[in-house]
Amino acid sequence: MLYYILKRILQMIPVLIGVTLILFLLMYIIPEDPARLILQQGATDQALANLREKMGIDQPLHIQYFRYMKNLLQGDLGTSYRYRRPVTGILADAYPNSIRLAFAAILIEILIGLCAGMIAAVKKYSFWDTLVTVSTTLAVCVPVFWLGMIMQNLFGLRLGWLPISGMGDGSIQYYILPAFTLASVSTAYVARMTRSSMLEVMSHDYITTAFAKGLSYRLVVGKHALKNALIPVVTLIGLNLGALMGGVVLTETVFNWPGIGRTIYLAILERDTPVVLGGTLVLVIIFLVLNLVVDVLYGLLDPRIRVAKQEVKV
Amino acid sequence: MFSKQGTGKVYNGASGYGYKKTSLYRNAWRRLKKNKLAMVGLSIICVLAATAIFSPLVATHDPTARIKEESFRSPSTEHWFGTDILGRDIYSRVIYGSRISIMVGVVAVGISLAIGITMGALAGYFGGFPDTMVMRMADIFFAFPYILGAIAIMTVLGPGLVNIFIAIGILGWAYFARLFRGSVLSVKNKEYVAAARALGASNFRIMAKHILPNSFAPMIVLGTMNVGTAIIVEASLSFLGLGVQPPTPAWGHMLSESLNYINIAPWMMFFPGMAIVLTVLGFVLLGDGLRDAFDPRM
Repeated sequence: MLYYILKRILQMIPVLIGVTLILFLLMYIIPEDPARLILQQGATDQALANLREKMGIDQPLHIQYFRYMKNLLQGDLGTSYRYRRPVTGILADAYPNSIRLAFAAILIEILIGLCAGMIAAVKKYSFWDTLVTVSTTLAVCVPVFWLGMIMQNLFGLRLGWLPISGMGDGSIQYYILPAFTLASVSTAYVARMTRSSMLEVMSHDYITTAFAKGLSYRLVVGKHALKNALIPVVTLIGLNLGALMGGVVLTETVFNWPGIGRTIYLAILERDTPVVLGGTLVLVIIFLVLNLVVDVLYGLLDPRIRVAKQEVKV
Repeated sequence: MFSKQGTGKVYNGASGYGYKKTSLYRNAWRRLKKNKLAMVGLSIICVLAATAIFSPLVATHDPTARIKEESFRSPSTEHWFGTDILGRDIYSRVIYGSRISIMVGVVAVGISLAIGITMGALAGYFGGFPDTMVMRMADIFFAFPYILGAIAIMTVLGPGLVNIFIAIGILGWAYFARLFRGSVLSVKNKEYVAAARALGASNFRIMAKHILPNSFAPMIVLGTMNVGTAIIVEASLSFLGLGVQPPTPAWGHMLSESLNYINIAPWMMFFPGMAIVLTVLGFVLLGDGLRDAFDPRM
């Protein structure tokens, strides 16, 4: 298992280098002069030259990239053009709120997605199966920000049940609408995958054997079928994290949630490129790390992976 | 695997059995026509395409005309979908907005498809170093969540239609490359490829004449589904102010404008949102239908 985890971490390194290279090149091709954007109008030529030298933007491309990587490893994501503050500091204030929201969404995705998929599979071709199939098909077509606005209008403004903006005192009621909005698309995919995976597993011989032994339906479905049906679902949850991280920007914008997503949105409006690219890098890293965790879980769930790795070692 | 072209035995009525020309695509179309949901999807797309092409005929008002006295009018016989804060007719703006969505969906996916097929063919056909390079590059692009990557690119390139094509097109190639590589790998060792090689065909000719036509079906399915995704990404970028700039009507931007008025003018957000959902639904249903049509085992 340790070998598997180490291998996955090592595989992440070239991807991370590639991601940083792309973000660095994006930063490099901005037509505006970063020194002028930070110092703004009225700065003297000497002040601009000093800042350029300090930032290293008068150096060749490869030197600048190494400098960028060195700074990144020290937690320096650059300086905000707008606030003239380190980007790391701006994002550090916001990222715990995004992580909390993402975890709430993942929880909803797993609970509702698994339950809906299981019900649809167990009651195949029933009303419930049709309901799950139709609602999941529609859910993947709905942009998260529009769903958020509909929920704000319905549950916040018309029914007055839930707050529609901000995270207030951080109580659970503030999480409900944004977390459901953020989880909507992923939940639909998890439900669809659980349904098809359960149906496939239920057609296997060992399930027939379990029924033939006289085991109860609940035991066969809950113990024999679900555990094996979960394996592709866990993989999908890992893949869904990407959509979740992208959805963070839109959901936080609609719900005025003080996280990285909203920080990125405000930076877009102010053309504060270092904050946008720094925020993107942080979200990509969160995505990769969560994906690693899911992959490790996958290894724990499926003994064949561990066995395969041990065989390779021998 | 279906042969690209062949003959199938069919019953011709009184004249008995005869032979009818069949092909992978003809068989898929025959199966697709029997799939009601796929036909609903295709109908939605056809109506949408017609709406986009004939927008000036279908719209009732000038989509950019501002009439201050008409602001925040609820849906009526004069303004079917109501008006926005500037008194612009929302129905006409939704109709014209379909042009941007369809254009972005088709062009951006076309760019992804072109890059993906080229890279996937290089990786799958040659193997070895090109394969490793292409797949590692694809891994890097997979690490960028679609919307986040598009936001990063658009922030640097600036808003605009061409930049949206570039951003969405560049980000989508890896999905096509991975799928096409797999298809090429399954086809490149077939007898007809070996026969073409024995006859002295060049690598380019083998790829263009033999491998591409026999590996293209999964790309049609993925391409159709990705048009829906591209439309959602475009709407998201426009919502964040990174898409097509006003006064050009775009559905995402219309939703962004409605954000502050969801209490007093909910129609401002309802109709553009429904337009996005219906359009994406059309492509999802057609994509699902195409997948079943090309691979009946599904």
